[in-house]
Amino acid sequence: MSFQIPAFAPALPEIIVMTMACAILVIDLYIAEERRGLTYLLTQLTLVIAALATLGGMPVEPQVTFSGSFIRDTMGDLLKAFIYLMAAGVFLYSRDYLRARKLFTGEFHVTGLFGVLGMMVMVSAHSLLTVYLGLELLSLALYAMVAYDRDSLQATEAAMKYFVLGALASGLLLYGMSMLYGVTGTLDLALLAERLADSDRGDPVLVFGIAFIVAGLAFKLGAVPFHMYLPDVYHGAPTAVTVYIGTAPKIAAFALTMRVLAEGLAPLHADWQQMLVVLAVLSLALGNVVAIAQTNLKRMFAYSTISHVGFILLGILSGTADGYAGAMFYAITYALMALGGFGMILLLTREGFEADNLDDFRGLNERSPWFAFMMLLLIFSMAGVPPTVGFYAKLAVLQAVVQVDMVWLAIVAVLFSVVGAFYYLRIIKLMYFDEVEDRNPLTAAPDLRLALSVNGLAVLLLGLFPGGLMALCIGALT
Amino acid sequence: MIESLWGALPEALQTTIVIVAKIVAIVVPLMLTVAYYTLAERKVIGFMQVRIGPNRVGPRGLLQPIADAVKLMFKEIILPTNANRFLFVGAPLLSIAPALAAWAVIPFNETWVLADIDASLLYILALTSFGVYGVIIAGWASNSKYALLGAMRSAAQMVAYEIAMGFALVGVLLAGGSLNLGDIVQAQSGSILHWFWLPLFPLMMVYLISGVAETNRAPFDVAEGESEIVAGFHVEYSGMTFAVFFLAEYANMILIAALTSLLFFGGWLSPFQGVPLLGEPSLFWFLLKTAFFMFCFLWFRATFPRYRYDQIMRLGWKVFIPITIVWLLVVGLAVVVELPWWFD
Amino acid sequence: MGFDKLVFYVFAAVLVFAALRVITCRNPVHAVFYLVLAFLNSAGLWLLLEAEFLAMTLVLVYVGAVMVLFLFVVMMLDINVAEMRAGMRRFAPVGVGIGILLVVEMALIVRSSAFSPEKFGNLVRSPADYSNTKALGSVLYTEHVYAFEIAAVILVLAIIAAIALTLRKRPKTRYQDPARQVSVRREDRVRLVDVPSEKRG
Repeated sequence: MSFQIPAFAPALPEIIVMTMACAILVIDLYIAEERRGLTYLLTQLTLVIAALATLGGMPVEPQVTFSGSFIRDTMGDLLKAFIYLMAAGVFLYSRDYLRARKLFTGEFHVTGLFGVLGMMVMVSAHSLLTVYLGLELLSLALYAMVAYDRDSLQATEAAMKYFVLGALASGLLLYGMSMLYGVTGTLDLALLAERLADSDRGDPVLVFGIAFIVAGLAFKLGAVPFHMYLPDVYHGAPTAVTVYIGTAPKIAAFALTMRVLAEGLAPLHADWQQMLVVLAVLSLALGNVVAIAQTNLKRMFAYSTISHVGFILLGILSGTADGYAGAMFYAITYALMALGGFGMILLLTREGFEADNLDDFRGLNERSPWFAFMMLLLIFSMAGVPPTVGFYAKLAVLQAVVQVDMVWLAIVAVLFSVVGAFYYLRIIKLMYFDEVEDRNPLTAAPDLRLALSVNGLAVLLLGLFPGGLMALCIGALT
Repeated sequence: MIESLWGALPEALQTTIVIVAKIVAIVVPLMLTVAYYTLAERKVIGFMQVRIGPNRVGPRGLLQPIADAVKLMFKEIILPTNANRFLFVGAPLLSIAPALAAWAVIPFNETWVLADIDASLLYILALTSFGVYGVIIAGWASNSKYALLGAMRSAAQMVAYEIAMGFALVGVLLAGGSLNLGDIVQAQSGSILHWFWLPLFPLMMVYLISGVAETNRAPFDVAEGESEIVAGFHVEYSGMTFAVFFLAEYANMILIAALTSLLFFGGWLSPFQGVPLLGEPSLFWFLLKTAFFMFCFLWFRATFPRYRYDQIMRLGWKVFIPITIVWLLVVGLAVVVELPWWFD
Repeated sequence: MGFDKLVFYVFAAVLVFAALRVITCRNPVHAVFYLVLAFLNSAGLWLLLEAEFLAMTLVLVYVGAVMVLFLFVVMMLDINVAEMRAGMRRFAPVGVGIGILLVVEMALIVRSSAFSPEKFGNLVRSPADYSNTKALGSVLYTEHVYAFEIAAVILVLAIIAAIALTLRKRPKTRYQDPARQVSVRREDRVRLVDVPSEKRG
């Protein structure tokens, strides 16, 4: 039998993360409770080493290995680098929150690292099988993390909902994949695109296959009408987990959509474009309108996520390299804004106090003008106000949509953004013009304050100088 | 005359008749063995405890099993109130069916095997995993708390030890390079030192002990635990339904003994391979080895006090499974480097 | 009709019947048993397709382990069927609608030309010495090793998550420490006291 040992080098970052996660799991067993910080440091170290391995070996040519189930290309490397960055931020922001609630354990970090591994697998997937397995790995980690605070009824309920609907979505996705496999006889994404190019478009199997796959993806992205679980999960999960769910997985979900739709199903672009248009318009409308009625900040961010997903879909559905680059830019910068936004909630929390209601931000300017300003930047960026990066991201996506002659879609998107600006600006009004109720000083650790400041300023700086990141995104996709 | 009659039959019928004849040839001796195994049990344990054992029915008590069987057959089958009729009666059948069906793939010598299938080891694993249903259903359908407790205990125990057993079997198929029981025995050919008990010693021990636990025999018989929960899952059973459980338990013990001798002790191969006459492989060696392990079951029962429940679980999950996994690595390495003597 | 066709139809019919009973049974324990029956019949169907490894593994894993745990849970739970049926009338139309939709879709797909028998040519039975297990093993650890490893990681994560979510150290539970029990000496437990005998009054 002829079999060649596959090249392992392209998968070095994955191997590192997996080995370290297993090592941390065992090391954590032998660490005394008061020295748990070591686990945290090891986790951060893993992310740094993985980042070095990813960026150090940035390949020029895409490399496919493991019999066509793994690909390493520039897009993958770039997205992975940002996933590490987001995960590192998440672990840093949530450290004190978890400590205060006695949830600061090795399992949280190991589960988080396995989730990162799942995202990496998705980002580097080159076959439908790996796409699915990566997605399951990530989802399983997320379900567990949502339920992590097991004495909280709300968290358990959220985890249950997430699990049941997530399993349903995985089923839909698998069902669609099996149909594609039935028609083409391959799971390899490149081969799939080749064989689909000369297949019969009207075949009902293909039509249903795409419909199921798009529905499954929409579930995972949280696009309307498959969004029902999202607000409950964001709201019910401990804030440390919400910040995890709300950031890095968005980048991975973008990669997932790109790999499956833009690479595997490229020849059927016309078919899935229509479906994405519907999803995008509904997401923009519902996300922005319902968010106005929220009083809980986490819930509000959930609806805001839905509307941002609408924007990412706009970029993807354009089907051009510019559109993909715009969507990629959007996904990365959105993750950055969400990280900062949830980071602000974590900054204000203390033992026994969650700070996730809008009213908790009342008069923040008086308590800490600097962090009120950071929040201002983040909120402006989410609303898309220049000169923050959110404006530029929206602009890039809308340009791509206009280029493919879908001006009406761009107009709809802009209109709903204006609606959305209302609830974003309300937070700013609360912070700057309302009477302060809670006069407790901020107790957060210095490294958290520093990271959050960098995060807020990054949103501003990227908005002033978007060229570098945009060039990277365009370079990654051409 | 008989030959011409036989020839006149359609081919499908011929095959069926041959298969049925083979089944009878296996099951009837098996049932007789079970019957006399119970007598042997009482005699052996009696001897070990300096008692006489049954000696009233027939010469030296030799007709005792027959008397027991007759008694059980004529006893009334009592259905507990509110018991689930269908499942209550079905449970003993579910218990004996896999115990008998597993014998289909047991080779008695090079050629004597009912179904020489390729994956016979997998078949055995699949069927033995089935046995737990008889116990659970019996416990649940009886509508009695002792029965339910016994069923729960025994099911947890069987599931735990099945894993260790499965891993031990994986080691055997790694060493034998086949899933077919006949091929595994052939792979042990050579001498008594070629048999797998030596290179797979930890797996052999794990398999044998798990086998005892899997059949809920002493010292792992908390599922029956007369002194705690009366008789466990079959407390409500009487007459023939009870007898069927009894048959299943003993048939399983014989099966484990037969498998141990096949997988680790060279089956029908002679321990004196190479010596003329005495070194010939034959059915005799297989039966002798099986009989020895059957004796071991009785020996354990007479010797060891009962394990506590948490100790059983600890042994299964925390001791046996790690041992088997470690030894699997060792065996895998040995096979890869073609360790001389066994795996070259 | 050949013998294997007859066997196929028997397995298929029992499978469909058992699957239907799983969802229509009033008693959850019975439903679990019907599910076991359904698994066994699908294992039979796989045997007909010469996939003996998958068939055996299905029985071993699902029937022998997963369903046993299912039974455990179902027997322990006190499931109130009447309460569960409360919303039945309200949700039934939606369920039936989705069911019909799925059946129609399935029909469309199965009838599609992509799955027509002509497309696959004449399938031939493998010779008797063909080992399905070997064939599976040789691609599983070579071609699909990456997917196989990720599946292993998923299982590890599942174990970690399950234990992290359920293992609790209750402060009030009293544990035995066998090492301490064993090392107890006579002096630790027995105290000989000289009690002067009382005078008889």
